[in-house]
Amino acid sequence: MSSGTLYDKVWNFHQVKELPGGSTQLFVGLHLIHEVTSPQAFSALNEKNLEVKFPNLTIATVDHIVPTLNQQRPFSDPLAEEMLATLEKNCKTHGIKFHGIGSNSQGVVHVMAPELGLTQPGMTVACGDSHTSTHGAFGAIAFGIGTSQVRDVLASQSLAMKKLKVRRIWVDGSLQKGVYAKDLILHIIRLLGVKGGVGFAYEFAGPAIEKLSMEGRMTICNMAIEGGARCGYINPDETTFEYLKGKEYSPKGQKWDKAIKWWKSLASDSEAKFDDEIRLDGSSIEPTVTWGITPGQGISIKEKIPNPEELPKNEQQIAKDACKYMNLEADQPIEGTSIDVCFIGSCTNGRLSDLQEASKIVKGRKVSAGIRAFVVPGSQKVAKEAKQKGIDQIFLMAGFEWREPGCSMCLAMNPDKLEGRQISASSSNRNFKGRQGSANGRTLLMSPAMVAAAAINGKVTDVRTLLQE
Amino acid sequence: MKQEFPKGEINLIKGRILAIKGDDIDTDRIIPARFLKCVSFSALGEQVFADDRKELKGKHPFDLDQHKGSNILVVNDNFGCGSSREHAPQALMRWGIRLIIGESFAEIFFGNCLALGIPCMTASKQEISKLQNLVNEDSNQIWNFNLKELSISNQKESFRLNLERGAYKMLYSGKWDATSQLLDEEEKINITVKNLPYLNNFK
Ligand code: SF4
Repeated sequence: MSSGTLYDKVWNFHQVKELPGGSTQLFVGLHLIHEVTSPQAFSALNEKNLEVKFPNLTIATVDHIVPTLNQQRPFSDPLAEEMLATLEKNCKTHGIKFHGIGSNSQGVVHVMAPELGLTQPGMTVACGDSHTSTHGAFGAIAFGIGTSQVRDVLASQSLAMKKLKVRRIWVDGSLQKGVYAKDLILHIIRLLGVKGGVGFAYEFAGPAIEKLSMEGRMTICNMAIEGGARCGYINPDETTFEYLKGKEYSPKGQKWDKAIKWWKSLASDSEAKFDDEIRLDGSSIEPTVTWGITPGQGISIKEKIPNPEELPKNEQQIAKDACKYMNLEADQPIEGTSIDVCFIGSCTNGRLSDLQEASKIVKGRKVSAGIRAFVVPGSQKVAKEAKQKGIDQIFLMAGFEWREPGCSMCLAMNPDKLEGRQISASSSNRNFKGRQGSANGRTLLMSPAMVAAAAINGKVTDVRTLLQE
Repeated sequence: MKQEFPKGEINLIKGRILAIKGDDIDTDRIIPARFLKCVSFSALGEQVFADDRKELKGKHPFDLDQHKGSNILVVNDNFGCGSSREHAPQALMRWGIRLIIGESFAEIFFGNCLALGIPCMTASKQEISKLQNLVNEDSNQIWNFNLKELSISNQKESFRLNLERGAYKMLYSGKWDATSQLLDEEEKINITVKNLPYLNNFK
């Protein structure tokens, strides 16, 4: 059993009591809600005649269904409009702060909450969305929950949970030029598998992790869930504090100094015990791309699509399915695979530094003929800052579309969708069959800079060949 | 027809089995994202596995006449992986599923099913494939699931099933509806709040 880890310490602070089923009632310090998983929770609450217990600890935004071209109300899609209107009504009835369209603070929930300083070290963060693990980048315990747990958290600010085991993933060295946090996490998921983390919280640590910016750290923790780990976290350090300083909801004045003292005390002790530990060398990782239908089916840009027959037995079937579905041949290089659509955005890679890195590749170049390429900033703040830096213009001049913030083609609940068998280069987090809006559409996951490179060449490209100063 | 959803103690479930084969069936497949656009769960039953069913043009187990009214689902490994959407178990429940047996389940999916009173039982790969074959041969057999005995059997065969202790206790005692338990001792919640530095000016 783990001890002395950040996970253990934060867990202990939030334990309310042991429940009969053997799980723990855990207090939730920050509850984030959005339009997709909350309406049923609110109706269940009403049915049971329950109130929201701590309305000030729940924060709402709208992201999944928002159109990215025209955000004029009412939305042209009546269902999307109904979902947003329902959320607005629920927030109003229960006194919950809502960061809506036009508020300057709306965005994908895992982008907007950190940038407002809502997510802080030592919190428990829950949201009806599996990528809630993102917030672990701050040294919080953050995890996705289902709708009935959303109801529980609204009613009691707590939920029933089993304590996870803790695996430390120690990454030595530092990432090469042209290799990003996204490549690192795709590499880790490839190594440990999409189920490798089931039952675990992942602590990401070591020199390569410490060197990452907060945005890079969020990319890593965001995809912990794709490796099966319900939460991933990184110990808070100066990078964390620097990021939080002066944010809207960050502690100020005297409180700030006290906060730092507490936050520092939460980091895993040097003699902390982990249930499992693995070590890898970050310097040897290359740009990584998924070729299949699970985020674990990643290979480096220099590798060939694996031959299913040569894989471990338990990976063969899914690899065969993947080759068939993706219409990719075993033993062919992934580099040079033609693509149709390029998507830069999502809670994995829709932050300012993501757009910035991608824009460096795009600058002064043109999107290859016939490619549809678009950028969807993760939040209104990201969009605004990018515009201030002229990043939108770089993309527009190259032939990208520049959209309004939202989840967009990460899961295509809005009008942004793949069509037919189209294949996308995408900076999002899931390449499941049909994920991007076409039942037989295809997705290649990669870093935003790699997506930019793919857009310029019209095919999967080693971004390192296009790096420019 | 109004459906009866699980309530109270879950111990005996009787009915017919249908099987879905394949590892890593994710929640996007169980209920494609476009159906998440709803403010109530009620229509989800008809939309379960929508894309797979469309592809198989009526040959999908959930479309076959012989499986109409089946209430036990047998699956393979890592069922319900992917997004945390509770729409997935909701869709299965509203189609009529009351019990799922598989090699393993994704954690969030497992929890979401538990919160609806649907047990997700596990068995070995061999046992699962045997069960699937039996159902293939004759989907009309009536099976009896017994939570207390951790088994499912028909007149000839019996299979051992597993379930972790906590989930077992919750289902067996009927205390899988978490909300009421969480509100049992509100004072304890307030004590936790008082001791959280970030809710008390970091004192
Ligand atoms: S961007 Fe994608 S993964 Fe992130 S919250 Fe939105 S839909 Fe989910």
